[in-house]
Amino acid sequence: MDFKQLLAATCVAALGAGAQAEGVKVGMITTLSGGGAGLGIDVRDGFLLAVKGNDDIEVVIEDDQRKPDIAVQLADKMIQSEKVDVMTGIIWSNLAMAVVPAATAQGKFYLSPNAGPSALAGKGCHQNYFNVSWQNDAFSEAAGTALSNEAGKVFLMAPNYPAGQDIMAGFKRTYQGEIAAEVYTKLGQTDYAAEIAQMRASDADQIYFFLPGGMGISFMKQYAGSGVDKPVSGPAFSFDQGILGAIGDAAIGAKNTAHWSKDLDVPGNAEFVAAFQEEFGRLPSIYAAQGYDTGLLLASAAAKADVDDADAFRAALKEADFQSVRGKFSFASNHHPLQNIYLREVIKEGDLVTNRIVGTAATDHSDPYGADCNL
Amino acid sequence: MMLPERTLNIILFLALPLVAVIALALDEPFIITLATRAAILALAAVGLNLALGLGGLVSLGHAVFFGLGGYAMGILASHAQSFTPLDLGLFTLDGTKSMPIIWLVAVTVSAFAALLIGLLALRTAGVYFIMITLAFGQMFYYFTISWPAYGGEDGLSIYVRNSFPGLNTLDPIQFFALVFGVLAAVLWLMGRIERSSFGLALGSARQNAVRVETVGLSPFRLRLVAFVISGAVTGLAGALFADLNRFVSPTMFSWQMSGEFIVFIVLGGIGRLYGPVVGACLFVLLEHMLSGVSDFWLIYLGAVLLLVVLFARGGVIGALANGRGVHD
Amino acid sequence: MTTLLLIEQVLNGLQAGIMLFLMAAGLTLIFGVMGLINLAHGSLYMIGAFAAAAVAAATGSFLLALFASLVAAAAAGVVIELAVIRRLYDRDHLDQVLATFALILILSEGTRWLFGSFPLYLDVPTILSGPVILPGGIAYPAYRLVIILVGLAVAAGLFLLIGRTRIGIQIRAGEADREMIAALGVNISALYTMVFALGAALAGLAGALVGAIQSVQVGMGEPVLILAFVVIVIGGIGSIKGALVGALLVGLTDTLGGVLLPLALGGLMDASSATSIGSAVASMLIYVLMAVVLIFRPTGLYGTA
Repeated sequence: MDFKQLLAATCVAALGAGAQAEGVKVGMITTLSGGGAGLGIDVRDGFLLAVKGNDDIEVVIEDDQRKPDIAVQLADKMIQSEKVDVMTGIIWSNLAMAVVPAATAQGKFYLSPNAGPSALAGKGCHQNYFNVSWQNDAFSEAAGTALSNEAGKVFLMAPNYPAGQDIMAGFKRTYQGEIAAEVYTKLGQTDYAAEIAQMRASDADQIYFFLPGGMGISFMKQYAGSGVDKPVSGPAFSFDQGILGAIGDAAIGAKNTAHWSKDLDVPGNAEFVAAFQEEFGRLPSIYAAQGYDTGLLLASAAAKADVDDADAFRAALKEADFQSVRGKFSFASNHHPLQNIYLREVIKEGDLVTNRIVGTAATDHSDPYGADCNL
Repeated sequence: MMLPERTLNIILFLALPLVAVIALALDEPFIITLATRAAILALAAVGLNLALGLGGLVSLGHAVFFGLGGYAMGILASHAQSFTPLDLGLFTLDGTKSMPIIWLVAVTVSAFAALLIGLLALRTAGVYFIMITLAFGQMFYYFTISWPAYGGEDGLSIYVRNSFPGLNTLDPIQFFALVFGVLAAVLWLMGRIERSSFGLALGSARQNAVRVETVGLSPFRLRLVAFVISGAVTGLAGALFADLNRFVSPTMFSWQMSGEFIVFIVLGGIGRLYGPVVGACLFVLLEHMLSGVSDFWLIYLGAVLLLVVLFARGGVIGALANGRGVHD
Repeated sequence: MTTLLLIEQVLNGLQAGIMLFLMAAGLTLIFGVMGLINLAHGSLYMIGAFAAAAVAAATGSFLLALFASLVAAAAAGVVIELAVIRRLYDRDHLDQVLATFALILILSEGTRWLFGSFPLYLDVPTILSGPVILPGGIAYPAYRLVIILVGLAVAAGLFLLIGRTRIGIQIRAGEADREMIAALGVNISALYTMVFALGAALAGLAGALVGAIQSVQVGMGEPVLILAFVVIVIGGIGSIKGALVGALLVGLTDTLGGVLLPLALGGLMDASSATSIGSAVASMLIYVLMAVVLIFRPTGLYGTA
């Protein structure tokens, strides 16, 4: 029994596939209120910048408050009431897991501007799900490769939740050296004195950590004050433009991996950075870049195919015929990115703490889960 | 216009299916989904209301039962989905997609949890009771986040809604009818409990525990029974909520969830049978309408809540109905 | 694990406890005197941190920033008390929980509206930015030692205020018998406003002090609020001494549990499941502690029924 087909058939039969007028209607569900709002706002602003003035694309935006049940409810609203063709916007893996399988099963396209849980890249992949950002493991796989050259023992730290475990698994998959210790902290932890003491005491030569948002800010500030001088690195989430300002000088010198940086020398990137700054009065983050690319991808597909012709639209998406601000960008067979991942370093430019590219960590990187995907 | 509370209750209660039917006629399935959500949240709060309204037990941990009900559904359905039996050590259990069985498991598990938590928590009173129930909620919350077997923080997705004999649960209106039927049955049951000798004794234990003791009843046992029934009903709501979303996650255990149940009760009118129903409907409506107003819509939600607490004592029903509440 | 590391971790636990005490002291004072459950206490903590970050950014002075945190939180406390809180004193706990829950929504989103959605910058002053070497060769961040000292000073100050001053006498009398003290001619509502402002100022100070080594962002108050409640409930609500003991217990349990449990389990199972199960149990530990304390002492360690 082909479970997915059965599922799609039942859902379509139950809910009815609404016929659409011309143009593409996009439902964006993202986090716009509460503590994690910065990321959602960046994705939204980047996306809107990319589709600005494009009459083919109509956008409906809703705030999920970072709550999975609200996200599910909004997805129902987008599908049942707004009758959107394409959905996007979700920031967090757990919310994506709540929304994406149901949305794609109901025949909607989903473009992920952030978050790439492994469950959606392997067996759970779907022809209508396109990840425009990264698979969760990607940045740390690249980091594992890049840091292997410096060798030595590494101390790993991440919050104790699936994305944290994914990211550490990605690092361990490619890292050639020895793991000195592996520590999992409480999600949302704000004080890292105990972990820093463990780092000091361990024989590790360097620290690799994943602590998104406020957790990373707290850790970096405390680490800088502790006098431990082992080099730190991590995926870009802890060194993103939105939070570097809050960490300040304490972050300088830290290495991190990302698919994008504002100084990346590819066509269109400088223009994007300038336009974003002009429009919103702040520097774009990787989230803004991802939102922007998602908008460009959608616009490129909308220009080529009618969204009511799902096969043609899907093929147009798959071509990824747009000028990504990351440079070379295409989709692997599981509809996850094939892209370069760069090694960045936190530096100070005048008064501004920001990143610059110091090397390429992985070329044409794709995730390891694609083998399990039957697309 | 002031109405007798009983009339008002009937009107307010029938408003929910009326909205659903109108939405059906207008082909707005999302409104039906919203009405279903309101009915399920109402059911959870109706459960809490027995402990809180009648028993005076302010539990800030009812999300435990809500979450357990949700996970009962999630775990059973995920095992059915993957055709692997659930290994419980002593014996194995096959997963199931049948709602009646899931409900039975959800009610049993949450009643059992309520019994254990009640045995410990009911030794305390007042603020300490609020806080110890909160503590149990947090334990479950952190445990499910970091427990990898069933998805951790990512939660569990169930791809197709579970089935109920004779109904197509994928059809929004049929699922709504099912949920509403459950809500109506539970409300009827709660009405019976309130008027029973047990309900009267529980109410007196809230007002004056010593008086209850002098007639030979144990306030502790009355409260424990109320807490168990209350937890079981909230657990049932959890299973339905998970089925509505086809998804469970640790946020069902969060203290904000427990807080929202209390909000529903106070919003509607504390100690009134239909209070939680009105409160939940109003909350879902506010959330739906305000979230479009601005990025900072939670300010307005907060302001509405504050005004109700400060100035509309007795909640919405209290403001609309004449006369005192059922057991004020 | 070496003895030295263990000692350092104990120190970290105590220090975490002191940070919690700063927050919990105001909460327990307000509950003890007015019988009010204030969920919005975490928002006052946040207000202190944001005020400090704003003033530090404008003036570059950390001392001015600390002063601003006290003033801003106290002022916010006075406004909130006059507008909302004083209507809640004679209400039951349920109304208090709900009204202050609503205040959290308003204050959090209001702060986001004022300061934007991105975390703010607030750092420790340069003079305190490095580690100092303690006897035994432990390198310990100087700023954290300062937090310990401030916390102990606040504890001492509160004990003196409550135990030795006229206001303290009034406060204690108010706890014991509200009507009587009003009948004796004490302006009870002014006293309440003052106590609330004091509690708010303590929360604001804690926000600024802790904000310098953590993240100044909207929503920073809620996790610490829950912890502060755990603390005062363990200690016995209303008791400053209980808050201090409870804070130290929670700080030690949280810190040492997170470090020792994965190690202890490492002997029983393979390393990776030991870390993941150990961390899972460790994150529940303080709630287990609280439940156990309440089961054996239903009104906390130093509480009175």
